Amino acid sequence: MKNQVAFVYSQSFLRYKFGEDHPFNPKRLQITWDLMQKLGLLDASYLVEPRPASLDELLRVHHPDFVHAVQKASQLPPDTDPPVIGFGLGTEDTPIFPNMHEASSLIVGGTILAAELVMSGQVEHALNLAGGLHHARHKEASGFCVYNDIGAAIAYIRERYNARVLYLDTDAHHGDGVQWLFYDDPDVLTISFHETGKYLYPGTGDVEERGDGRGYGYSLNIPLEPFTEDDSWIAALESVLPHVFHKFKPDVVISQNGCDAHQYDPLTHLSATTRLYREIPKMVHQLAHEVCEGRWIAVGGGGYDIWRVVPRAWTMLWAELSGQPLPDELPQSWLDRWQPEAPVALPTTFVDPPDLFPPIPRRAEIEEKNRITVRRALLGTPFLL
Amino acid sequence: MLVEQAMTRDVICVSPDTSIEEALAITTANRIRHLPVVCNEQLVGIISDRDLRNAMPSCLVQEQTAALKDTPVSSIMKSDVITAHPLDFVEDAANFLYQKRIGCLPVVSCGKLVGIITERDILHTLVEMMGVSSPTSRVEVQVPDRPGMLAEIADLLRARKINVASVMVFPGPTEGQKTIVFRLKTMDPRRFVYDVQNAGYQVVQPPVIG
Ligand SMILES: [Zn+2]
Ligand SMILES: [Zn+2]
Repeated sequence: MKNQVAFVYSQSFLRYKFGEDHPFNPKRLQITWDLMQKLGLLDASYLVEPRPASLDELLRVHHPDFVHAVQKASQLPPDTDPPVIGFGLGTEDTPIFPNMHEASSLIVGGTILAAELVMSGQVEHALNLAGGLHHARHKEASGFCVYNDIGAAIAYIRERYNARVLYLDTDAHHGDGVQWLFYDDPDVLTISFHETGKYLYPGTGDVEERGDGRGYGYSLNIPLEPFTEDDSWIAALESVLPHVFHKFKPDVVISQNGCDAHQYDPLTHLSATTRLYREIPKMVHQLAHEVCEGRWIAVGGGGYDIWRVVPRAWTMLWAELSGQPLPDELPQSWLDRWQPEAPVALPTTFVDPPDLFPPIPRRAEIEEKNRITVRRALLGTPFLL
Repeated sequence: MLVEQAMTRDVICVSPDTSIEEALAITTANRIRHLPVVCNEQLVGIISDRDLRNAMPSCLVQEQTAALKDTPVSSIMKSDVITAHPLDFVEDAANFLYQKRIGCLPVVSCGKLVGIITERDILHTLVEMMGVSSPTSRVEVQVPDRPGMLAEIADLLRARKINVASVMVFPGPTEGQKTIVFRLKTMDPRRFVYDVQNAGYQVVQPPVIG
């Protein structure tokens, strides 16, 4: 039964939707799903239907008042101008929508299920692409995230298995919500690589945010310069991850796989290509086997170029996680299916050609700054010494 | 914001007859740099860790250290203390610290010491005021230095229903310009940025390309 992997998915994930004009478009899941189908990567034996998270599971990480507010907002008739509900709801980022509690709970349940399958040993690795809502806070919806599925899954693992968790976040935005939930817990190591908060939401994730109390040293932040490219990104990951995995010795790794650091992404200022999204899962996969007996839970995350970036990045993630080979080229049938709908020309290869973008003018300075950041982050982390 | 909202209330103090050695131990143990000297709840002086260390003999001369046990802080404290009132504005207190080149102000009300405000407290207040501690996007706009500009930009925010965590207005990089820095409660400031540019103003972007 080992070597088995799970893909947690339901068409109902597409109900987590804030409206047609909102950048967080669940269509990205549908396009990605279709790409995997056309490549024959989604054998029925991999597929697992999610279940909604229970109220108790939500309350492990969220304040009851907040959960009640989401439940109440869920029942408001569509198109009502929401009264001021507070809790970050009814805002430009997280507008309310009918049944948002149900849609959000299903995503949380999906990530907890992925954790359950891995921790109980039924599978080695599991993926929930609808998950990765890393900005949601204890008592506040934030940055397109209502409930924090990652936090709920970590809390589940802590309570049920008392296991040590390494959470790795490579979304372009700081993984603030998860960090704050476990800021004082020395058994949950959160690592976030992200674009510095100087210009980007949520503004946090400085090197000096290292955790609190007994958890001091167990929050690690690598804020990268705007316009950071693949090589500098990969160098930063390689200087941090092997060292940290071997020192912390987690029982399980949870990776958040936001792919909004790509140069095409409209919300951020990083300059990665899809090469990065082939390398990250490869690194995590290897370390999960070296250190965590293979236990690896992966979730999705941000990614706002839904046509050119998300489908390729997440298909490469699933191929790595499930150990299935990928061709270099995207299937013609998929291009034929989606090109008419796409407002941009769809790429034809998984890995972007190296000359896709002109080199960034201040590359050497950016690389140097990132190396200094990595050094500062590692030097100030007591358990690494 | 008032000093009483930013000050530290649990002040660690000493009395005039506390020895220099003991005072130094208190600053080290509590990782503080200033000790108000209090007699019958009245502030009579202040002493900094620097004053204390200046009073220390050279570490090369062993026999003098005994004197530290017997010398009271009253012999080296500053008794002409600049203080703040709980109802002062924080920015005035900050200005005072800067102008007088001092690190803290004891806060005195009705003749009693009620708190202390340090550079660190003020920095923390500033950080809060700048909206850095809540999740926000930072957008910097250049506008001409004339009345009504803030309202004009604020109208654009209202139209997009974007909530503001904080606003700061600075003199701009060139004469006749102002810089307005918004911390916005949104992960996607693109439409606001577009609106601002459409209205003919410049948005400052990450300074790398070029
Ligand atoms: Zn494996
Ligand atoms: Zn993101």
